[in-house]
Amino acid sequence: MAKDVSDPVKRGVQRLGAFTTVSGVPIERLYTPEHLCDFDYENDLGDPGRPPYTRGIYPTMYRGKHWTTRQFSGFGMAADTNERFHYLLKHGQHGLSVAFHLPTLMGYDSDHPMSEGEVGKCGVAIDSLADMERLFDGIPLDKISTSMTTNAPAAILWSMYLAVAEKQGADWKNLRGTIQNDILKEYIAQKTYIFPPRPSMKLIVDTFEFGSQHVPQWNTISISGYHIREAGSTALQELAFTLYDGIEYVEWARRAGLGVDDFAPRLSFFFNAHNDLFEEIAKYRAARKVWYKVMTGRFECKNERSAMLRFHTQTAGCSLTAQQPYNNIVRVAIQALAAVLGGTQSLHTNSLDETLALPTEHASRIALRTQQIIARESGITNTADPLAGSYFLERLTLDMEKGCWEYFDRLDAMGGMVAAIENGFPQREIQDASYEYQKAIERKEKIIVGVNEFVMENEAPIDILLIDESVTKRQVEQLQKLRQTRDNNRVRQTLEALRQAATGNSANMMPYILDCVRAYATLGEICDALRSVYGVYEEPIF
Amino acid sequence: MDDKIRVLVAKPGLDGHDRGAKVIARAFRDAGFEVIYTGLRQTPEQVVNAALQEDVDVVGLSVLSGAHMTLCPRIMELMKKERLNDVLVVIGGIIPDQDISKLKGCGVAEIFQPGASLEEIVTYVRKNVRKKQ
Repeated sequence: MAKDVSDPVKRGVQRLGAFTTVSGVPIERLYTPEHLCDFDYENDLGDPGRPPYTRGIYPTMYRGKHWTTRQFSGFGMAADTNERFHYLLKHGQHGLSVAFHLPTLMGYDSDHPMSEGEVGKCGVAIDSLADMERLFDGIPLDKISTSMTTNAPAAILWSMYLAVAEKQGADWKNLRGTIQNDILKEYIAQKTYIFPPRPSMKLIVDTFEFGSQHVPQWNTISISGYHIREAGSTALQELAFTLYDGIEYVEWARRAGLGVDDFAPRLSFFFNAHNDLFEEIAKYRAARKVWYKVMTGRFECKNERSAMLRFHTQTAGCSLTAQQPYNNIVRVAIQALAAVLGGTQSLHTNSLDETLALPTEHASRIALRTQQIIARESGITNTADPLAGSYFLERLTLDMEKGCWEYFDRLDAMGGMVAAIENGFPQREIQDASYEYQKAIERKEKIIVGVNEFVMENEAPIDILLIDESVTKRQVEQLQKLRQTRDNNRVRQTLEALRQAATGNSANMMPYILDCVRAYATLGEICDALRSVYGVYEEPIF
Repeated sequence: MDDKIRVLVAKPGLDGHDRGAKVIARAFRDAGFEVIYTGLRQTPEQVVNAALQEDVDVVGLSVLSGAHMTLCPRIMELMKKERLNDVLVVIGGIIPDQDISKLKGCGVAEIFQPGASLEEIVTYVRKNVRKKQ
């Protein structure tokens, strides 16, 4: 657009040479109808609950019901986390979200040498069905919804959950929840992978198929941009890589013979909420629109639910500061506001102390209350998509969409996401973005309050949660006792059947995994059986 | 003789969060250092072995999982055993205040918590590295 230099405002002195979003996207002084000259309400927005769903997937949005407050938690032994779950449910949380410790996420038992120092630290230690039974003790699984953040061993932990439900007498058809089960973003960003990409994709497609037949209300994947953003990507990269991961899963499932509409309604997404309010809102709105176009255009879905992008949001852990940590409450509130104004289905708000340790009960209650204040006091839930029609926001949404299609073209040309990952493309894009961001902070082009501006010396430390170091010993003792008391013949037989099924590479693996789990084979033993057939992934250094 | 500072950037333990490790590796490179990155999930033995093989002046450990009080003292112990006493060891990551003195007590030179600037870290290394004769 031509700059009118005769305009006195445009000649006026401004604070900065360039105004940019947190992702470095240039922002203009003013947005006007000229920025939306080709804009069409029906094509670009549509009413809430109507294609292309830019304004939200439900006609009434939060007038119907609020988003689900879903605080991610897990630490120590299963009984410790069970206690926190009961606490959160008592304080008005709607659904559970399980954080597993690193050994579980990496397919190691708590007594494996690699697990030393990590037991119960970043999440709860789960070695077998016995731990899963303790984790959900006193919680009826057909009455709540549970999200489990697990990827490489997702099929195994889901099987443990299904086995607990069986024991409770709950019908699988009534179970609601989500397994993250998104291995592509592990290779791209979070790096908790076990097996190489191709067998990992097979396991994921197996869960799609099994879920559609036996656990119809379960979200068998949560295609995640959260970790891509945490690894340092821009908002656009988060969006484009995540949606393209979604495309890759649909492609693989179709190739395995599944009908798009049989599994696509159970695909869900998970995005980050960073500090730049409008950029984030634009990202969520563009996400729904692009996914609608992908599903109806590229995949020709017939069921409208296949084209409706539902998503969970978590506020950005990487945006929080160890300095003046109480300021984080404000950051989280702004980020949560973005998620709600962007139409999220569920939300996790981070606690103020998470740059230091896992949150204390006090800190996690403030985070929960932040959501409740937005839901009940702010008034922004009174109408669906309240910011629609803002010249600025609609322009950002259109630009976000355009950037997405450009990335899709590049990824298509590379032969899809698995191939792009093998070439290191998304990894390099994210590394470049994260380095640029850090340099912008060092140059003070980006200001982080309390870190590179408004710094305080000699801050008083805050109380943090310390994980009891005796957890490792107690967890290992429990595990060794299990190995002595279970029917080890049955364990051997089920693991051998699993190995054979993996070697055959055609049967759905879920029934075999379920048999191992029911026999109290440990997570590490099941993963070892699969490792012996699939191999392990070693990341090339890009 | 090459007088470039040689740095090993290492990720011990199961933690896969490598954003910080990769950013600092690049900053060291831009500062003119020779950088070797171990990749993910190294045991203490692998880290010390790499430090020995690569004959580095500095080891930078990145830990965000909370396992630092198990992994870092073990690494320091192994370093001493290998007579790598002149190697400067620094840690970055999620390290709570109360662990800092214990880590320094076992020989870690400095700990950089969240919010530390690249410049601060590079300057510290330049100032404190003991180049081998």
